[in-house]
Amino acid sequence: MNGDHQALALLLFSAFIAVTLAITTWVSRNRHGSAEEFYVGGRLFSPMENGFAIAGDYMSAASFLGISGLIALYGYDGMLYSVGFLVAWLVVLLLVAELVRNCGRFTLADVLAARMRERPVRIAAGTSSVTVCVLYLVAQMVGAGSLVALLLGGTSAAARSWTVVGVGALMVIYVSLGGMRATTWIQIVKAVLLMAGAIAMTVMVLMRFHGDFGRLLNSAAARSGQGMDFLAPGLRYGGDWTASLDFISLGLALVLGTAGLPHILSRFYTVPTARAARRSVVWSIGLIGSFYLMTIVLGFGAAAVVGTEEVRASNAAGNTAVPLLALDLGGGAGSTGGTVLFAVVAAVAFATILAVVAGITLASSASVAHDLYATLRSRGQSGRQPYGEVAVARVAAVCIGAVAIALGLLARDLNVAFLVGLAFAVAASANLPVLLYSLFWRNFTTRGAVWSVYGGLVPAVLLVVLSPVVSGSEQSLFPGVDFHVFPLENPGLVSIPLGFLAGWIGTVVSSEPPDPAKHAETEVRALTGAGAV
Amino acid sequence: MVEKQEDRDVAPVRLDDPWCDALASGWSDRDGTGAPAPERPLATGDGPTAGPSAGDIYLEVQRSEAFQEVRARYRRFVVPACAAFLVWYLAYVVAATTAPGLMARPVAGAVNVAMVAGLAQFLTTFLLTWAYARHARLRRDRAALDLRWDTQEMTRAVGR
Repeated sequence: MNGDHQALALLLFSAFIAVTLAITTWVSRNRHGSAEEFYVGGRLFSPMENGFAIAGDYMSAASFLGISGLIALYGYDGMLYSVGFLVAWLVVLLLVAELVRNCGRFTLADVLAARMRERPVRIAAGTSSVTVCVLYLVAQMVGAGSLVALLLGGTSAAARSWTVVGVGALMVIYVSLGGMRATTWIQIVKAVLLMAGAIAMTVMVLMRFHGDFGRLLNSAAARSGQGMDFLAPGLRYGGDWTASLDFISLGLALVLGTAGLPHILSRFYTVPTARAARRSVVWSIGLIGSFYLMTIVLGFGAAAVVGTEEVRASNAAGNTAVPLLALDLGGGAGSTGGTVLFAVVAAVAFATILAVVAGITLASSASVAHDLYATLRSRGQSGRQPYGEVAVARVAAVCIGAVAIALGLLARDLNVAFLVGLAFAVAASANLPVLLYSLFWRNFTTRGAVWSVYGGLVPAVLLVVLSPVVSGSEQSLFPGVDFHVFPLENPGLVSIPLGFLAGWIGTVVSSEPPDPAKHAETEVRALTGAGAV
Repeated sequence: MVEKQEDRDVAPVRLDDPWCDALASGWSDRDGTGAPAPERPLATGDGPTAGPSAGDIYLEVQRSEAFQEVRARYRRFVVPACAAFLVWYLAYVVAATTAPGLMARPVAGAVNVAMVAGLAQFLTTFLLTWAYARHARLRRDRAALDLRWDTQEMTRAVGR
């Protein structure tokens, strides 16, 4: 990774930043400053645009570099991830997208508040949404720091800190100035870049092996040092029952968590109808599915072309597998083609991070302003609030950005790879049960809703604190101490059933009877779109 | 709004769609007297329980045959589909983590059972997406749009 890479990569980074800032300025040139405009871009995106934006929102740098890297290191076990990330979209398509679009306005809490007493459910859903966002955001920020430093060669602490600060500042600018419209266009641009980059590299890998996938697999197995074991599961998650249960737990969290991610839910409100929401999910499933199919080729390609040991030597987590593959496909280190491809991959990874963090920041600012602030302010006061909701949302975006930067800097040297899995687990345990119950269960009550959120959120966070990722092993957050009592790294296997159970118990012991009229309203609106905004 | 207007115009002649008749003779008939009917409770003003409030209208729509049919069509597709893909995915994950021997069995050349199962997950996801979108477009969208239009008319009449 010489100076040429760095210069070219920096040039492409700057070009992307310039283009996205131009987009932000352009879309906010004559905005109305309404909540409708800020949170959901006026609900005027087409299904195709929204489909690309959803794909751009969802495919993080962890999927682009991380999953291909895992495949390059562990072969088949890396592929298990991508299957979970894709199958999750069936839950979104079948159970959530259309119904949520019909029932809500901006956030998850809107759907619940349509049926329940507004104040407690808004606070509960807002809290869990912000928790999910912050967990996800910190993971992305720390990842961004180490990734950009890795790609640019400068692995010094200062370079990483400045990357975290820079990414945080940019995402705050996009979100607070451009709102949903700017965020969406950044995600669309990113999705197009990511798909184009992945397609180009996949074609080059397949050409290298004359279009023969079997030959690619055989070379990968041969160069991995594992032989045919490389193509079968077990290299990473095999072994004892804890490792198996841990992966099953993660798989469950991935599949059920996607439908509870606040930044994904808020995307369905950016299209005019439920039908458009469904069509945008169909678009995004097509894009995400083909992207993960390509990461399989890239991962095995990196093992076959670069070699597993070289990948591991460059970065123990495998994050440099795709950049190294790009260097090799372009003609090797020092060649023009290699330099250009490497810089393109680095720029795409950077664009990916920016688009994802912007989406999450926007979703969490909506939760803070629309759910938490509006509810807490309105106690005891009737009438207008002193500040407009959009102004609060902009300030919230700045504050969340500051918190994310601070946590990102604090956690800079810590192993935070578990945070993404945790964010999905919290989303699956706290957000999904309450969402499904209130859409489909006639007798669900306010107490059930509140218990369901906290009954998933608290165990998920608590179990992680008591798990080996925080204490008790070499790779822990705090390697010095040991207070772990829960054996799994991902809490999903326990906390997701607890979330559903708490919602059921809360409803059963509820003193207030369920309101059949409210249930009828939710059900009729969800399935027909009557009264949808 | 234009296409909704068209839907209403063609609704009576769509005889091939049996539940359309249910729509005509079902709940919409109870309000079939037209505009004056919903105004009655507002005029008497005996509080929210005296006449059809918005909640009553939603309850009435929920009980209507037309809505029951839309809901049944949605559930008849979604419930088995969800059960099927969740079981299939969990079986895949459990097999991959606990039965690597089975998954490593070769099928053709370098391709083994695990690779076939993984690619089959992608394929079934794409197929189910296509099937759901098609089912919703052909079997649910039209009826849901009609219901939406009628429900909004009724709720607007009670001043919501």
